[in-house]
Amino acid sequence: MKRYYPQSEKTRRKHLLPAWAVTPTFILGVVIVVIALIMAIFPAQIAPYDPTVVDITARTKAPSAAHIFGTDNYGRDIFSRVVWGTRIDLSIGFFGVLVPLIIGSIIGLLAAWYGGWLDSLLMRISEIMMAFPFTILVIAIITILGTGTINLYIALWLVGWMSYARLVRAEVMTLKKSEFIEAARVAGFSDARILLRHVLPNVISSSIVFAASDMVMCMLTGASMSFLGLGVQPPTPEWGAILNEGRTYITYASWMTFFPGLVLAITGVGLSLLGDSMTDILRRKGR
Amino acid sequence: MIGVAERILEVKDLKTYFPGRDELVKAVDGVSFEVYKGETFGLVGESGCGKSQTCRSILGLLKKPGRVVDGQIILDGQDITHLKEKELRKLRGKKMSVIFQEPMTSLSPVLKIKKQLMEVFDDTPMTRAEKQQRAVELLRMVGIPSPELRMEEYTFQFSGGMRQRAMIAMALGARPKLLIADEPTTALDVTIQDQIMKLINSLKQELDMSIILVTHDLGVIAQMCDRVAVMYSGLIMEMCDVVTLFASPRHPYTYALMSSLPDPANKGARLNAIQGSPPNLAHLPEGCPFWPRCTECADICKRERPEMREIAPGHSVRCHCLDKTAAYRGIIEAPQGKEA
Amino acid sequence: MRRLNYILKRLLQMLPVLLVVTIMTFLMIHLIPGDPARIMAGEKARPDAVEAMRVKLGLDKPLWEQYWIYLKNLVTLDLGTSMKFSRPVAEMIGERLPVTIALTLFSTALGLLFALPLGYVAGLQKDQPTDHAIRISTLVAIAMPSFWVGLLLMILFSVTLHWLPAGGWDATSLFSEFKCLILPAFTQSLMTAAILIRDMRNSVVDIIRQDYVDFAKSKGLSAGAVRRRHIIRNSMVSTVTLLSMRMAALLGGSVIIETVFALPGIGKLTYDAISARDYTVVQSVVFLFALLVLVVNLLTDIIYSFLDPRVEF
Repeated sequence: MKRYYPQSEKTRRKHLLPAWAVTPTFILGVVIVVIALIMAIFPAQIAPYDPTVVDITARTKAPSAAHIFGTDNYGRDIFSRVVWGTRIDLSIGFFGVLVPLIIGSIIGLLAAWYGGWLDSLLMRISEIMMAFPFTILVIAIITILGTGTINLYIALWLVGWMSYARLVRAEVMTLKKSEFIEAARVAGFSDARILLRHVLPNVISSSIVFAASDMVMCMLTGASMSFLGLGVQPPTPEWGAILNEGRTYITYASWMTFFPGLVLAITGVGLSLLGDSMTDILRRKGR
Repeated sequence: MIGVAERILEVKDLKTYFPGRDELVKAVDGVSFEVYKGETFGLVGESGCGKSQTCRSILGLLKKPGRVVDGQIILDGQDITHLKEKELRKLRGKKMSVIFQEPMTSLSPVLKIKKQLMEVFDDTPMTRAEKQQRAVELLRMVGIPSPELRMEEYTFQFSGGMRQRAMIAMALGARPKLLIADEPTTALDVTIQDQIMKLINSLKQELDMSIILVTHDLGVIAQMCDRVAVMYSGLIMEMCDVVTLFASPRHPYTYALMSSLPDPANKGARLNAIQGSPPNLAHLPEGCPFWPRCTECADICKRERPEMREIAPGHSVRCHCLDKTAAYRGIIEAPQGKEA
Repeated sequence: MRRLNYILKRLLQMLPVLLVVTIMTFLMIHLIPGDPARIMAGEKARPDAVEAMRVKLGLDKPLWEQYWIYLKNLVTLDLGTSMKFSRPVAEMIGERLPVTIALTLFSTALGLLFALPLGYVAGLQKDQPTDHAIRISTLVAIAMPSFWVGLLLMILFSVTLHWLPAGGWDATSLFSEFKCLILPAFTQSLMTAAILIRDMRNSVVDIIRQDYVDFAKSKGLSAGAVRRRHIIRNSMVSTVTLLSMRMAALLGGSVIIETVFALPGIGKLTYDAISARDYTVVQSVVFLFALLVLVVNLLTDIIYSFLDPRVEF
């Protein structure tokens, strides 16, 4: 039915965000992510307490006006710990995806463009890596490297790039045969120019769409690893690590696990909503 | 030729609209015609003129958000315009069935041909073996060699022509009285096209059914049809028997279609393409939808939509300028009467 | 017969992958910084004990010979002895494997049970309120960390309502075992269901537009027959591929969920072994997970060859 609306098509292109894209879910996603970003950037201004200071007199207090999320077994304010944790978890989500996005896209681009041994190698490596469950691969790498935040990042990077490489590779493979790339080649443009000016802009959007949902996965994996004691180490206030500390007290101090998980889930929903809307926008614009 | 034949299908002032986000697409905007028992009725027009949507309206298979908003469809004496899906499905296959343009996409890729044939008899009290026997007979009827073996295969193992034959077998399995053939040969090679058309014609005789043949190919119309309706942007522009259509078309659009055909008597002559492009169905011009492309356009054409007028028994035309178009008589003899 | 050949071919194609996997798991021990013999013997072990450990583990031999021995042992299911638990690793895995397999199959089944009807309905009612509601629910289900959901369910159904056991394993009867699996399987099935629903929805949206669905209707088929034979049957083709990837993810997730619910499966064993720095066990379970994934993939290929006749044998 699209071809029946030539006039409205033109007006749509003018705006970065057309009116139809601003849906309630999109707004909710933006609001959640903006709040999370504010918490990540200004934790000191928002958190009422120091997240690591132990207060024996205020141990395992239920949520109250003074401690809206309650306190933990050391008397630390859970809300403050959650606020300070935002920075860490968002970073894991963001940088855990950004590095694989860049490296994986480049590898996929080169493998598909030049083919040959590079492409075979990529496909063999991905075949081997696909044989392991994602979580197990991350755990195995952390086992080798040792626990800790940096090693968690390295593990996420080592495992994450492959999806992007495969995604970009598949896109470039189809694009390679298209006429406008042929035309660019016939015109004698250099490989670098064709790749950067013509191929990359066309294949990167699917990578970015995937990255949006991958961020949530990455954040959850980071939190899971910290929950297992393999990632961010206490007393650093990471959401999964806070949850892990609270797990022992779950029967009588459930707030210690409830709130960090809730914030993690809400942040994840916000990112997903945003990612979903982005997918929608890119898909409709791409048509 | 028509005489007092019984009607198998009657379509009265059918309107099928597609409400869009901002606009209303009037795919079919007041179409009326009859199909008599034993005849082949042709619906011809450019793509997007609403001929397929007319067929889908009859079958009750409109794609969303399409809806029949007005009019009446009477099949074999029964008003089926507002039948519920449950009632309608009892008529499909048995009273009317369809073959689509693309046999590849119209057959399920993951089921054996046998299974897709046998499901025609879902409601018939027959044993599996009997259904299987019927499936073999049907495939033999449409000329598929060694049907017992071929029916164990999948669509992707069939050639284009074979797929179309299989689809015809499925459509005719329950002996419908009306077959709607929606561009049945457009996707096929020319040689195969001819075979399929001959097959449809012989099956029509054999099974004593009526056919609505939708096509944009006037050659096919000439070969197959008894009567023809020419459609343009959701309206029938001219309707008559096939001989009259070719001998003395009266609507400028029909005439333009005719003169865009290659003329065997004048090899090497340039083809006369119709100028302009079909209108946007959401923004139809006022008056006659064809006026922006019409060579005979008068002032009244831009203001008022012409009504269908019967100018001779069995020949109706929707045009204000019938006096001028009387000159079209005999275009077959003098095809280059107009310069593009 | 052709299908049997196909299965054998896929099996043969798996072998090189499996071989590389063994190299990787073998090298794992050597990649860990520090002297493996010292790590295995413990931080405070005397030098002679470390040397004894080195000989016992065969670490004094050249690397290729160690690998050869590792491979031979693997084939004879001799996975070494756990330092921490002082038991043969193969025996420990043998005890725990059924729990993880049961959990994974149960989670998969639950996931499918949710996904098929919901994905179908969402696809049929594209862009309508039901579709939006289902879409938002899947977003939430994907964003919720499984360990958190597990703990919440435990608080509700075990601590508060006392309906189900709060983790652990009660092997008195099949029913008691089943009860222990309900919460963990449900927790794990949420994300699987969410991912399958989205895939299923998109396939259904695509398939109901296809001519073959209209043509099936035009034959006069009942709504149920069109749904079963044409819409669901065709949308299963992509769902099955995704399902195998989800089963791999479920196996990996067992480390987290079995830890939360204290289930004696392979996942919990992985966690315990890593916490105890019992690398013989870690090495074996990592290999086992890869083996399980390859088996799942093989089974998927076989199922797929039945679902989609276009597969080239």
